[in-house]
Amino acid sequence: MTASPPPYEQAFAALRSAGGPAWLPALRREAMDRFSALGFPTTRNEDWHFTSVTPIAERVFKIAPTRSGPSKLSPADVTALVIGDPAWHRLVFVNGRFESSLSNFAELPADVHVTTLAEALKESPEFVAEHLGKLASGEGQTFTAFNTAFALDGVVIRVPRGEIVEAPVHIIHIADAGAAGVGIHPRLLVVAEPLSQLTIVESFCCAGPLSGGYLTNAVAEIEIGSGARVDHYKIQRESTDAFHVGTIQVRQGRDSTFHSFSYAAGAALSRTNIYTKLAGDGGEARLNGLYLIDGAQHADHQTFVEHLAPSCASRELYKGILDGGSHGVFNGKVYVDPIAQKTDGKQTNHTLLLSDHARVDTKPQLEIFADDVKCTHGATVGRLDEAALFYMKSRGLGVDNARALLTYAFAAEVLETIELDALREGLEALAFARFTQTEQR
Amino acid sequence: MTMLEIDNLHATAGGKEILKGISLTVNAGEVHAIMGPNGSGKSTLAQIIAGHPGYEVTGGTITYEGRDLLAMPAEERAQAGVFLAFQYPVEIPGVTNAYFFRTAYNEVRKANGKEELDPIEFLDLMEQKLKLVEMDPAMLHRSVNAGFSGGEKKRNEILQMAVLEPKLAILDETDSGLDIDALRVVAGGVNALRRPDNAAIVVTHYQRLLNYIVPDFVHVLAGGRIVKSGGKELALELEAKGYDWVLEAA
Repeated sequence: MTASPPPYEQAFAALRSAGGPAWLPALRREAMDRFSALGFPTTRNEDWHFTSVTPIAERVFKIAPTRSGPSKLSPADVTALVIGDPAWHRLVFVNGRFESSLSNFAELPADVHVTTLAEALKESPEFVAEHLGKLASGEGQTFTAFNTAFALDGVVIRVPRGEIVEAPVHIIHIADAGAAGVGIHPRLLVVAEPLSQLTIVESFCCAGPLSGGYLTNAVAEIEIGSGARVDHYKIQRESTDAFHVGTIQVRQGRDSTFHSFSYAAGAALSRTNIYTKLAGDGGEARLNGLYLIDGAQHADHQTFVEHLAPSCASRELYKGILDGGSHGVFNGKVYVDPIAQKTDGKQTNHTLLLSDHARVDTKPQLEIFADDVKCTHGATVGRLDEAALFYMKSRGLGVDNARALLTYAFAAEVLETIELDALREGLEALAFARFTQTEQR
Repeated sequence: MTMLEIDNLHATAGGKEILKGISLTVNAGEVHAIMGPNGSGKSTLAQIIAGHPGYEVTGGTITYEGRDLLAMPAEERAQAGVFLAFQYPVEIPGVTNAYFFRTAYNEVRKANGKEELDPIEFLDLMEQKLKLVEMDPAMLHRSVNAGFSGGEKKRNEILQMAVLEPKLAILDETDSGLDIDALRVVAGGVNALRRPDNAAIVVTHYQRLLNYIVPDFVHVLAGGRIVKSGGKELALELEAKGYDWVLEAA
């Protein structure tokens, strides 16, 4: 089924007039050619074995329309839609288009550079040229090439050496009724120079009940310099008829820290790729995540930690709660290069099945070429602990109450690792409400 | 007044008969000790009274305050005042003690037509109860039993008992694995809760606990049957002579 290239040439041709620096059309053309040559992956592709993207491949998603007039949403609407603190620096995109009236990031330190991709291409094209498409080249990756060819906007962040950005930068992607049938390709480029520190929250959500479906295909490239730390939180609560593919590619310098958290509760079909290269000695990567799905939802996470230098540590804890006829996938890849001695890696994936029809495919994949390393992985798939249920019932809790509390507790163990209070408390409240009283997402 | 009446109780687990005709009457105000060698069915009896789903009752009845206890789901038994202090308390990571205790307390209150307490009122109540078992208030904010030492888990059981104030408390080998200080604290908690209108069944392998919680009756369980019953002096005799003489006599 890969024989014919994806039918996006026409849409791509229409983009040509988009403007920007001279090198940009060439970068896009190259990505478009790559996208066409690769085609959408099939389940014969090892990386996509458990996830069929046929529902994405069989449609043609339109380019996001240029907005006419300001968004109907107010800043208060945005606050109600997302989880987080309204005081955080905020960049809001509606259907892929930047909404300056809803955004507020004026309080950032003067030398911290945060702009939209469109602005950065005008203001600092050399900087963008130096970094865009370098970590996420799209080599062998259809969706990344697709994004590079079609990314209209996004966010560019540069944190200079030694700068600590106290408040998180919250990038909010909202799909509204105008998203029907649209393909949105947001791009994020982050360069955290040595000894700097930054927290990014990327929220993907929808305003109101939507119909018609849309595709979000996001790509983030994050360069973390020596001794720098970047925390990245991805909160995926797309419309349940939407498709979401997100790739986060990270490169870490010596003694750097990358903490990632991925929350996936939305979309009919979602795939999140989180790839980090530990390229300098003493780096640390922590990748945690939680997926909560129901009905016919499908949520896939693929992580890839490349230990390319000695004495790096990686920690992964992914948990999933699957109800209805949902399907979860977790594929955790770890590569340890021959020079990466003293690697300390640990990967854990626990899935809770709440229904007989839900299913999970979990696949740890360790390739270790150094001998002095400590690498472990563990995965469990199960139902609620009968002993704990009886314990709770023996204290007077009804069976529904006991089940709800245990399910919540399963999620809470990984939510607890979120260091942003507003985000952790918000997600805990959401999970609690979901499993106890009201259905929310 | 008769609180609990067990009549010719037979039970199996995984097809194997464990209880082979137990009869026992517990009146309000009494403390009964159930002793016996390992594998005699002591813990099975305790768990069946609490409603553990892992056993099948194949014969006999249990009547609690005039009701058919075996027909009640575990949570209803708890709401009606039956409490089991677990031999192996279960860890529940992600649920704080404070939340769990309050939920349990309010469920029991609600079932008995009483008003629920809000978190602030409940904390006041907890403060008094914590003193009873000499526990640090900080443990309220820890996950239920998660990472607790053996002694902490047992104290946590007695704390739950103190909060829920059951009519019939069953202590399943609460003394096993406790050092003497912890044992005193646990026994002190149990004694403080003794009242003329409640009762306790203390399941133990060792006589030592009965120095601190003095029983009115001692029963020896062996091979799924009560083979001997007596007063508190029976426990001392067992301590001195072991179980063999009882078993032989039976």
